[in-house]
Amino acid sequence: MRKIFLPLVRNVIKTLKPGEMVLLSGPLLTARDAAHKRLADSLKSGRKIPILLKGETIYYTGPAPKRIGEVIGSCGPTTSSRMDPFTPLLLKHGLIGMIGKGERSKEVILAIKKYKAVYFITIGGAGAYLSERVKSAKVIAYKDLGPEAIYRLTVQDFPAIVEAL
Amino acid sequence: MIRTIDSKLIRDTVKDLFIKANTSLRPDILSSLRLARKNETSAKAGYVLDIIIKNAAIAKKKMLPICQDTGMAVVYLKIGQSLIVKGSLKKAVNEGVALAYKKGYFRNSIVKDPLIRKNTNTNLPSIIYTEIVRGNKINIKVAAKGFGCENASKTRMFRPTDPLSEIERFIADSVKEAGSIPCPPVYIGIGIGGTLDKAVALSKEAIFRPLGKTNKDRHIAKLEKSVLKKVNNLRIGPIGVGGNVTALGVSVLTYPTHIAGLPVAINISCHATRTAETTI
Repeated sequence: MRKIFLPLVRNVIKTLKPGEMVLLSGPLLTARDAAHKRLADSLKSGRKIPILLKGETIYYTGPAPKRIGEVIGSCGPTTSSRMDPFTPLLLKHGLIGMIGKGERSKEVILAIKKYKAVYFITIGGAGAYLSERVKSAKVIAYKDLGPEAIYRLTVQDFPAIVEAL
Repeated sequence: MIRTIDSKLIRDTVKDLFIKANTSLRPDILSSLRLARKNETSAKAGYVLDIIIKNAAIAKKKMLPICQDTGMAVVYLKIGQSLIVKGSLKKAVNEGVALAYKKGYFRNSIVKDPLIRKNTNTNLPSIIYTEIVRGNKINIKVAAKGFGCENASKTRMFRPTDPLSEIERFIADSVKEAGSIPCPPVYIGIGIGGTLDKAVALSKEAIFRPLGKTNKDRHIAKLEKSVLKKVNNLRIGPIGVGGNVTALGVSVLTYPTHIAGLPVAINISCHATRTAETTI
């Protein structure tokens, strides 16, 4: 299985094939519903956002709290289509990778093509397994959102399947 | 004979049940997943099923939640009419839930107002259904219902004269439409009859039945088998990668209904179906 390093670069994205199984390693961001809404509201009204989207990959997850001695709690993917209303705007601002579960809307698929980005799926309901592939985790924005805060994660050999590019 | 118990016993039982449900995959689900793995012919689906099975082992060993979406807490109480609970039963159930989510390091996923959406940070309130039965015992069933699959629920009020094939098609179409979102392979709960709300309640309660068992009514068991075949013919497969198994089972519960109606509800439950029960 091919190993892909994060942050993603377009030269690598163009070598990926739909349905290809890969292992991702490197830094990424997490964000789900509430964080997406807040990011999009800020971008639409021209306010600054607390993260740089350029070249980033967002993993749609809201981790469970970590036990003492663990890096993170269970952290499987959540349903990606709930982020669909916000995704084209985030892609426009430089996002190039997404990881989640489930199908995306037609508009999102078109936007992924337009911005030469990639959408991976990973294994929903395997949060405990996936937590072992996370090597570091830190809340970097929107702490008040609790499990919906934006985390910086570093993953190693994180299983993913190319769903759209 | 009248029996008295302290509400603390209810609290501790509810706590233990939610911890068990969230960290230890139901044995019937696990065996069914292992069987599906054995019968899987697609390499990709096999790879996914291997991870799902490994996930259950890791969760159990490390006491981690099987899935980070530890759900909304739904509690079903069958209370014997000769049982007296000292203290507040409702408070005991909610305290049990809050304790489980705190001690288990489970995610708090409940927002207080559905429109304002501020997290309660306790995973409370739970949803409690009660039924009064004979005897002096209490049966407690808990479900930690994740919303990936809850969002794929469907209800339709059929005409009483609609053919059974229409109902089968409605179920299969709903599973098809949900695709990979509810984390297949799924367990499909179906409620038929009653009122709109009764059918929905039955569809959720249906997933407590262990996989492999069938409805005791032959015509309903036949319907379960037929729907399962139709759904697996969709070949959505584990997490949507294609494959032989889209659903592990179909469980139908029925209730008498009105001459003018035929309510049908579908509650899809993911491969990490988390329920537990006990009687005290």
